[in-house]
Amino acid sequence: MSSEQFFTAYCLLLTDMLRYIIFAPLAGAAINWLIGRRVRNERFIGLVACGSVGISTIIAFYLAFKSDGALRSTQPIMDHLWTWVQVGNFRADFGLAMDRLSGIYVLFITFVGFLIHVFATGYMHGDGGYYRFFAYLNLFMFAMLTLVLGDNFLLMFVGWEGVGLCSYLLIGYYLDKDEAAPAAKKAFIANRVGDWGFVLGIMLVFFLTAAKGVASISFFDKPAQGVNSALATIAAMPIDGFTWHAIFAGGITSVAVLLFIGATGKSAQIPLFVWLPDAMAGPTPVSALIHAATMVTAGVYMLARCSAIFTHAPTAMFIVAMVGAATALFAATIGLAQNDIKKVLAYSTISQLGYMFLACGVGAFIAAIFHVMMHAFFKAQLFLGSGSVIHGMHHEQDMRRMGGLRKYMPITWITMVCGWLAICGVPIWAGFFSKDEILWKVWVAGPFNLPAGAAKALWFIGIVTALLTAIYMTRLMVMTFWGNERFREADHHHDEHHHDVAHEPHESPLSMTIPLIVLAILSTIGGLVGVPYAISSLAGGHPENYFEETLAPVISTVPSARVPEGATENLRWLSPPPQEIDGKPAVAPVGEAPGSATSHETPNPAEITEERLLALVSVMIALTGISIGWFVFQKQPVRAMPRLLENKYYVDEIYDVTIIQPIKVGSREGLWKVFDLGVIDGILHAIGGSIVRLGRTIRYMQLGFVRGYAAIILAGALIIIGYFAYNGASALRFLVK
Amino acid sequence: MVPQLSWYLALSAVLFTTGVVGVMIKRNVISMFMCIELMLNAVNLTFVAFSSFFRDVTGQLFVFIVMTVAAAEAAVGLGIIISIFRNRESLDVDDASTLKL
Repeated sequence: MSSEQFFTAYCLLLTDMLRYIIFAPLAGAAINWLIGRRVRNERFIGLVACGSVGISTIIAFYLAFKSDGALRSTQPIMDHLWTWVQVGNFRADFGLAMDRLSGIYVLFITFVGFLIHVFATGYMHGDGGYYRFFAYLNLFMFAMLTLVLGDNFLLMFVGWEGVGLCSYLLIGYYLDKDEAAPAAKKAFIANRVGDWGFVLGIMLVFFLTAAKGVASISFFDKPAQGVNSALATIAAMPIDGFTWHAIFAGGITSVAVLLFIGATGKSAQIPLFVWLPDAMAGPTPVSALIHAATMVTAGVYMLARCSAIFTHAPTAMFIVAMVGAATALFAATIGLAQNDIKKVLAYSTISQLGYMFLACGVGAFIAAIFHVMMHAFFKAQLFLGSGSVIHGMHHEQDMRRMGGLRKYMPITWITMVCGWLAICGVPIWAGFFSKDEILWKVWVAGPFNLPAGAAKALWFIGIVTALLTAIYMTRLMVMTFWGNERFREADHHHDEHHHDVAHEPHESPLSMTIPLIVLAILSTIGGLVGVPYAISSLAGGHPENYFEETLAPVISTVPSARVPEGATENLRWLSPPPQEIDGKPAVAPVGEAPGSATSHETPNPAEITEERLLALVSVMIALTGISIGWFVFQKQPVRAMPRLLENKYYVDEIYDVTIIQPIKVGSREGLWKVFDLGVIDGILHAIGGSIVRLGRTIRYMQLGFVRGYAAIILAGALIIIGYFAYNGASALRFLVK
Repeated sequence: MVPQLSWYLALSAVLFTTGVVGVMIKRNVISMFMCIELMLNAVNLTFVAFSSFFRDVTGQLFVFIVMTVAAAEAAVGLGIIISIFRNRESLDVDDASTLKL
């Protein structure tokens, strides 16, 4: 093969590489399901599962960082697989696209996913359904990557449903656990409620764009397929008014609210958050991957992807901000009083997701994505750490039976300390930068979508949540790793076959500790990719905020109070025109005259001081929270928490009484007994019965007596003759016309 | 006195009515059969009478067809009657009321 031929083949391979990112895990799932179940060799199954995700990871990193990769050019990498739906001018393709937003998502999904797969090979060791677990986990990776890489709403929805299915399968993975099946069902049903909103939102996008010319549900302009970006179409429309009426007007605000309903289901926000704590019935790596790091952030991804829609719907953004803030605070208070180590982390996840939605709600989509990524690192770390603890404690999850584990599990302990500091928001650790960024953006949120004073109130909620987060995470750490050793105490009713043997906690194997270490390092230094100017300028470093600069071209921004009036004209774009590689951004950032050479806005010194001050406040809050947690729980780790919090505000019970029971009773008494048995069965039985009765009557004509038939024939003949005799020849007129 | 058309028609009507009444009241299958033949021949008489009246041979031709069909019907009918008799040992039609042999 000549070098030229080789080069052509190489290029061909590269242009289609995006598809390997999603199909490698699918192949892994298929191999594990079809072959792994027969081989039953853990080494083989683990190798296939980790290897397939590893391939995705390598390709994703290559595509993102190569010279004209997704993160370095403003043009997305496209991969058109096949035409899926084509009706007239409307198209929905099975096409993948990796732009800066989906690129960042794919990077952390594949990388964190890979680490969690490796961790799971150790965690699931000896489990009977090893092949099944990894087949599901790989299938999840496929669905999640489809969700993120899909270039239109419909394909995104396919991934959206796929992750829901895998979540269902994996929550219910432990077939012998009583709480697993109902938890899986609950997650599935709660997600369906959200999907209802998502589907309607997609339909409304279709109708809105159709009203503007050509219907489209694509995220991108695709000239080769003749597809226009639906988001660009919507971005060109006027901004909706900030009124409650707009929600039901069927315009952009309605789209945004419906999409947000979808996001509340997937991302566990009020009112659909109830499924996530129960989802902890699944294996811990699943909780880490699906219910903390990746799937639950799909809602944030969707909002950021649709930032053009949301920045045209101030009412919807207001709702997003309010729901996000409420969820953040609400879940944090519940997390304070849980005793199951995974439940604490589950409520912490809900609370952090609330933070992300709060950021989206004030228009800080980039800060939200930044927090998503940091959260993926430290929450995956914390979940895997808790998995390591559970593994070392022989499947004990109750923190009241732990304590003093740092002596037994030093690596888990140290790595979890990193995750803990990260989530609390201690400087240098990842969570500090992202959380601080969100709080700052909330503080300065303009009047676009928030009434006067609301921004400050939301900031206050955010800071209280940060305090609570620090307290409950410190409580978790203290109860688990410090204090007296409570695991030797009696009452180990739960596992009888382990009676007095092997109750000593032990450190986990290397396959589990190495992912912990990598994630701990990421939790520690990961935040440095997005250091805001106000902080980085303190150290005299370069002023760029890499993360923000990377994402700025693909995210719409809201017109804020601090942007000069004329600049709002520049806000109405979404898909930037092609630009030269590594050249200046195709679209100038907000607040800057188009055409100027530099892309950094010159920060206002007063603003910088304000931002630094707020950062200081949040550091103080974090440290206060840690010390409160430390001093309260160090002395007495197991203390009675408020009953209201321990019982999660009785939300499950309230839902049960107000929604589930009425539906159950209404279905049983109304739909089943009255409608089904009464109306449906009634109609059928009435039809059947009347035909039986009719037949019974007519049957007497068929007596079987020859003379009876003769009589009938005679009667018929007489009737016909009589008719003609009575009417005469005129009765025959119809024959001759 | 030259026979009128109406005489033939009246005789035919009497014969036909006799046949009908016979079919209705007789139980013996042979008698019913004969009554059916009577009806057919009453009709034949009408055909012939009209044929003569209108000076048209068509009616007489039709009589031949009726007679042919009657012969065929007699063969089939007698076959059925023999078959029923073998099974039921009876010529009473009311015994053959189960719609099967």
